[in-house]
Amino acid sequence: MSDKVKVTIDGISIDVEPGTSILNAARQIGGDIVPPAMCYYSKLQGSGGKCRTCLVKVSKGSEKDPRPMPKLVASCRTTVMDGMEVQNITSPEVVEARKGVVELLLINHPLDCPICDQAGECHLQDLSYEHGSEATRYEFDRRTFDKIDIGDKIQLHMTRCILCYRCVFTADQITDNRVHGILGRGDAAEISTYIEKAVDNDFSGNVIDVCPVGALTDKTFRFKNRVWFTKPVDAHRDCPKCSGKVALWYKGEDVIRVTARKDVYGEVEEFICNDCRFEHKKTSDWVIEGPRKISPHSVISANHYERLTPPSVVRKNPALLESNKEQFERVTKL
Amino acid sequence: MGRKLLLENINVPGINTFDVYRQKGGYRAVEKVLKGMSPEDVVEEVKKSGLRGRGGAGFPTGMKWSFLAKPEGKPRYLVCNGDESEPGTFKDRYLMTYIPHLLIEGMIVSSFALGANTSYIYVRGEMMPQIRILEKAIAEARNAGFLGKNILGSGYDLELYVQPGGGAYICGEETALIESLEGKRGNPRIKPPFPAISGLYNCPTVVNNVESIAATVPIINDGGDEYAKLGIGRSTGTKLISASGNLNKPGVYEIELGVPVEEFIYSDEYCGGIANGKRLKAVVAGGSSVPILPANLILKTLNGENRLMSYESLADGGFASGTMLGSGGFVAFDEDQCIVRNTWNYARFYHHESCGQCSPCREGTGWMEKVLHRLEYGHGKLSDIDLLVDVSKKIEGNTICPLGDAAAWPVASAIRHFRDEFEWHVSRPEEAMDRNYGLAHYADPLPKPEAVAAN
Repeated sequence: MSDKVKVTIDGISIDVEPGTSILNAARQIGGDIVPPAMCYYSKLQGSGGKCRTCLVKVSKGSEKDPRPMPKLVASCRTTVMDGMEVQNITSPEVVEARKGVVELLLINHPLDCPICDQAGECHLQDLSYEHGSEATRYEFDRRTFDKIDIGDKIQLHMTRCILCYRCVFTADQITDNRVHGILGRGDAAEISTYIEKAVDNDFSGNVIDVCPVGALTDKTFRFKNRVWFTKPVDAHRDCPKCSGKVALWYKGEDVIRVTARKDVYGEVEEFICNDCRFEHKKTSDWVIEGPRKISPHSVISANHYERLTPPSVVRKNPALLESNKEQFERVTKL
Repeated sequence: MGRKLLLENINVPGINTFDVYRQKGGYRAVEKVLKGMSPEDVVEEVKKSGLRGRGGAGFPTGMKWSFLAKPEGKPRYLVCNGDESEPGTFKDRYLMTYIPHLLIEGMIVSSFALGANTSYIYVRGEMMPQIRILEKAIAEARNAGFLGKNILGSGYDLELYVQPGGGAYICGEETALIESLEGKRGNPRIKPPFPAISGLYNCPTVVNNVESIAATVPIINDGGDEYAKLGIGRSTGTKLISASGNLNKPGVYEIELGVPVEEFIYSDEYCGGIANGKRLKAVVAGGSSVPILPANLILKTLNGENRLMSYESLADGGFASGTMLGSGGFVAFDEDQCIVRNTWNYARFYHHESCGQCSPCREGTGWMEKVLHRLEYGHGKLSDIDLLVDVSKKIEGNTICPLGDAAAWPVASAIRHFRDEFEWHVSRPEEAMDRNYGLAHYADPLPKPEAVAAN
């Protein structure tokens, strides 16, 4: 560990490269101690720091300067120092602040997941399920917008937007020109193209993938199906524009959607072009690699490919042991 | 009679012109600095003076200057923050309107100290007359050889530009100001890196308030030690206070730090008491974002000492029973003012001015505004009061820039000190529409448990 710096997150130590953010150090450790991130996207430069869900407490600044940081810091934009100690889920203050941020994120977000196309793969849904409270205390009208078509393939529904700025960074960094941006300020801020204009270039479809909520959706897939009824498989094709590595989402025999491959943090592995995304929806276009690994905790994985972990036999009583075996068989029979 | 440093010649006719200002001893500091001092000397002198940032945070200016990174081959910038938008504060506007050359002289001195060859004065967009005044003053100074190439034959070059802002409160935050100056959307940057390392155009930058920069002129003229003799404790020098509200003589006053608050409100030298013979109910001592205090707590601290107009004394008691000097926007409320309405008004301001970048502030300010609106108009519930406290806690400290704190503090402090009045708005909504709560016990002598127990 010559050049590496040591950071301790919730009591777990790890050596990381200098310049790593706390969030990325936590992701290297993995597990429950990874702070959630709604706006940070490791593949987009300059993203992060805005949603405040990744707040953590730095209880010891570094080996040289052991003072704690006075305020909670955004872990996605704070770099680790040698000897830094960070508290995430072990700090009640962080848990409370995160709950507050989730509540605030939800006050202007419609709570109509059953009719939202993103349900099942929505980060905000996961976040509020994990960190939020059951009911809102907000009793006023939420801000609403009309749906806008930005181009013929992408629909923007600002009502659901949490202003993470990811799509703005994507357009800046992945595509050749950005025609949309943030207008207005405060809670009147919105993503827009100003004068209604089609977002039209080869990589514009990636804004759908980076959107953590259902604000930017694929018009070719909208309301075709719920994601947990579709079967994702990895596939690739020889694409002149992008890597061609995608995930196909099958319903029966049909490919009903093509997206980039997303990792466990919802970040795409490689951005894909609009040709792959919108124009090639036949099995014959693709070379299938195999079923896509989906986290067993995700609703998308609901009994598709992974066998349920058989419940372990813990009961000592022979009669119970017998019934346990029955239960085991019933559960494991698909 | 307090000593005046900044506004000494404010009543001289024509002080806004170069000739009169020069006659009255103006630009002496520039001559002194350029002819006999090194930049380090100037920084040292400002450090000695103990000058603290006059924009609100009160960070020592000399120390801020010494943090400036000095990499080779990169220009350094000085930016003057004239984006004064805090409700209740109007001292910088006054200074720029009536004695613009003081600011320009200060800019030359400070730029020299920092080694900046290009400096900007970022003025709030609504202050168009002041922008014209400053531009005229810069032209005059340039004609007299105090700006441009090789100033006074010293070999030091300085270009000074005035940049109108778009008229956003958030652009008074230094990193948002820098973004705005670069021509981008005025969103605060995430720190670190701090502007002293990477600011304007990714170069080391110092952002100072108008008054801080103007204060360098008397510091250089008289010496830092002389300046430090004024004031009290670590609050050295003089401060411009913009007094407004129900006062007999509202206006901009230059006070020596350490004047008792009571004297400031009631003496004829300053505000001359509360207008129309009414009684004082509450004071916002440093611009809308600092905690509001009831009359009894603003005049005396909890220990029974007189509260003074200084950084330390006003902050005595922390957030439980103290406030902050902030930017010096002193707003007095008489007994007929409604604190709920005022709090709503402030919340409405912060709701309107939130940049919308980070979620607690974007969503929380709007929520507080709506709840306060409901309380003010008699549709509130008792639980709303605790809800407000809770929401303000969730915003405070969790945002990118201090606007979140600024939005949370007035609400939290108003409820802390004036909870009865909020409850009265809930329990007697019809009455609350017709009349105000009145003075109640808010001016009773301390210690009064109900005035301090509710935090």
